Amino acid sequence: MTPKSQPGLGRRLLRNPLAVGSVTVLLAIVLAALLAPVLTSWDPSQASAREILLPPGGEHLLGTDSAGRDILARLLHGTRFTLLGAVLVIGVAFVIAVPAGMIAGYFGGRIDAALSWISDLLMSIPNLVIVLAFITVLGPRTTIVMLIFGVLFAPGTYRLTRSATRAVRRELYIDAAQVSGLSDLRIIRRHVLRRVRSPLMIQASIAAGVAIVLQSSLDFLGVGDPRDPRWGQMINDAFLNIYRAPLMILWPGLAIGITVAALALLGSALRDEIEATSSRRGRSARVRPQAKPTDPAEGLLTIRGLRIAYGEVEVVHGVDLSVQPGEVLGVVGESGSGKSQTLFAALGLLSPGGRITEGAAWVDGQPVAWPGSPDSAVTALRGRTIGYVPQEPMANLDPSFTVGHQLVEPLRHHLKLSRSQARLRALELLKRVGIPDPERTFSAYPHQISGGMAQRVLIAGAISCSPRLLVADEPTTALDVTVQAEVLELLRGIQKDEGMGMIVITHNLGVVADICDRVAVMQNGQVVENGSVRDVFARPQHSYTKMLLASTLEGAASRVQLDSEAAR
Amino acid sequence: MFVFLARRLMSGFVLVAVVGSLTFVTMSLSGTDPVRNLLGENATQEQVDARAAQLGLDRPLPERYLDWAVSAVQGDLGTSWVNNASVSQVIGQRLPVSLSLVIASTLVTALVSVALGIAAAVRKGFLDRLVQVLAVAGYALPNFWVALVLVSFFAISLRLLPATGYTPLTTDPGKWALGLVLPVAALAIGTIASTTQQVRAATVDVLEHDFVRTLRSRGLPSRSIVGVHVLRNAAGPALTVLSLQFVALLAGTVVIERVFALPGVGSMVVSSATAGDLPMVLGIVTVMVVVVVVVNLLVDVATGWLNPKVRAR
Repeated sequence: MTPKSQPGLGRRLLRNPLAVGSVTVLLAIVLAALLAPVLTSWDPSQASAREILLPPGGEHLLGTDSAGRDILARLLHGTRFTLLGAVLVIGVAFVIAVPAGMIAGYFGGRIDAALSWISDLLMSIPNLVIVLAFITVLGPRTTIVMLIFGVLFAPGTYRLTRSATRAVRRELYIDAAQVSGLSDLRIIRRHVLRRVRSPLMIQASIAAGVAIVLQSSLDFLGVGDPRDPRWGQMINDAFLNIYRAPLMILWPGLAIGITVAALALLGSALRDEIEATSSRRGRSARVRPQAKPTDPAEGLLTIRGLRIAYGEVEVVHGVDLSVQPGEVLGVVGESGSGKSQTLFAALGLLSPGGRITEGAAWVDGQPVAWPGSPDSAVTALRGRTIGYVPQEPMANLDPSFTVGHQLVEPLRHHLKLSRSQARLRALELLKRVGIPDPERTFSAYPHQISGGMAQRVLIAGAISCSPRLLVADEPTTALDVTVQAEVLELLRGIQKDEGMGMIVITHNLGVVADICDRVAVMQNGQVVENGSVRDVFARPQHSYTKMLLASTLEGAASRVQLDSEAAR
Repeated sequence: MFVFLARRLMSGFVLVAVVGSLTFVTMSLSGTDPVRNLLGENATQEQVDARAAQLGLDRPLPERYLDWAVSAVQGDLGTSWVNNASVSQVIGQRLPVSLSLVIASTLVTALVSVALGIAAAVRKGFLDRLVQVLAVAGYALPNFWVALVLVSFFAISLRLLPATGYTPLTTDPGKWALGLVLPVAALAIGTIASTTQQVRAATVDVLEHDFVRTLRSRGLPSRSIVGVHVLRNAAGPALTVLSLQFVALLAGTVVIERVFALPGVGSMVVSSATAGDLPMVLGIVTVMVVVVVVVNLLVDVATGWLNPKVRAR
């Protein structure tokens, strides 16, 4: 996503210390390259037989090399070649790869296959070796060598451009632009180029660093152009005299290290700022851990005054809920109302970045979650006391393991069953949830079974260790209508048989009417109404509940009614 | 699975053929320039022509190519222009050196990066930041420079490890391993840095999957969730990264073998390139591409085996 409402990238970078620091260092390096003749009066190539391998200090600030040349002068003048080389490599790579990547990503099909094949081919050749092969034929000509490096660098940029372009291509507005008669070229220029710009900036800064290192490698090997002062050659000279002047190795190494690190850090600062929206959200707010709550709580699950925040944003604002043993509670509300988050918090399953900021949850009178509570407070209960049935069945089975493996694992862990006992129990469970051929499903991988089957498997997993509370998060939303009824029927049957307490999170009042005893209505992170299903359905108090009921029973007309009421 | 492998094998063959041919043709297009490089700046045109004729360079390109390709397929990569040695034989002697270096580095990279990358993704905090810093350092410091620093410290100052040279595995396994410690360390630091970053990213990606929450909801201890499920699901992307790193490591031998005076193909390609020994360079390029193709094939088999959807086919 391009955050358009935020200040421009340039201005945000100015506020990022990492970006300011690395840009300052890079500017200093560029200045050193430009002003090399001003900064030192020594000629980088002037050899002197009498001043060989002088230590740092005196007239030669960093000493002299094995030919008596001033090290500082060579370092400063070497900066020019280093930077020029890097610019050349990046330039060539981008000129080749950006158009190719856009064409492949935009048009797809054969042209994509062909270009991607070439890119894979280039990626499987060891770059230094190929460059050496060319040097064998062409001799050490720096410009040509850098051109070849540029070609070998193209695949990375190509892949990046291609995938960014594909992502844009898949979005609908491109189709809209096409329908409205814009030519492909204009679409690429107007929409695609804008989106791939930022990832390419990151790529350029990182690739420049790699180019500098490779270039120095060649100079180190002595196959670069011998006439110019080069950082890599300086390292080679230091290498040959490592016993006599060990300190010499430090300077060119530092020069390369600082330049490349500055480029890398600039790349990472760019990434931070470009992806700022997502990373800021992930940063979790500091929560002062509180002591374990001591007040007693009745019921199977009790939640009191629960507040949850992601980063600085509070999403649940003080929720109270409770379930008695054997009771079925429905939690209703639209997506984003905080119903899932509330129960995730009670189970200690909040996504990274989410924290309880106030309130607590108890299971069987034992506190399980409070601000800063350790995971251990609730791990022992998960699986054994509380079972959880997720929303998207296919996304909630590990695709790399068989259904059987995923059922057996908790059985062996909690009930300490042997492998064969666990297998028998798993097969029983599969049968219990109405799977026709348990043996086959047991050894199947998740992609080999249907969504309805997968949900049955997940229910089997949730009840495998006979929990006393089952939390089902939108258990039927992702399923076909016919399968929905069956799964609901199954849940109700199991709940009755086992006498479990159950919480069903749903946006569907039909589900509530079907299987719940009590209902809590949530809106914008708060419980707005709470009572027995019969009472709430017959005499809704809150306008939101009324709207929900009306829209279920009579369709969309009542929404208008509600809006007009609200406007009054 | 079979079809998948057959296709990969085919594309591997094509890759070797294409790269070999392309290199041969591009290198041959420059006519007698290589011979001039071989003989030096001061050679007369007559000397160059005579040597070119002696090397068979006066024959038409298609004929030379066919000759080269036919013998290459039979394992004969021609003879060196510099000392008439058989290219295949020289490579046969030197390849084990480079391969032990590269394979050891790949294994070290795999072990360290997977451990660090997963730990950084799961633990976050200090460890995560440390990994990021190490990544920048490992990426910014050229491996040959690291190698020199390692040599001057461990070999010259502390005299703990041999500075240079290679002992064949068959002669003395202990010395073989000791001799590889510094080269492997120098070579692997850079790849560890970038691989760790990518393993970390792959792990973060796996951790965001819904099934991880469901596994946690089952009450499984997090060490088994990470050690079994996350590891297994991150293994595919990690293997792909490693196969790319293998290519980088192979290229890295060119520099590292020179620092440590290891008699591998990497140092050979440098000396051959400076001497203008075209058949030797060509042979080494071809063999390296074959090695890469074989490794990619193994990685494909492994990834396929790890992914039930591919395996089932």
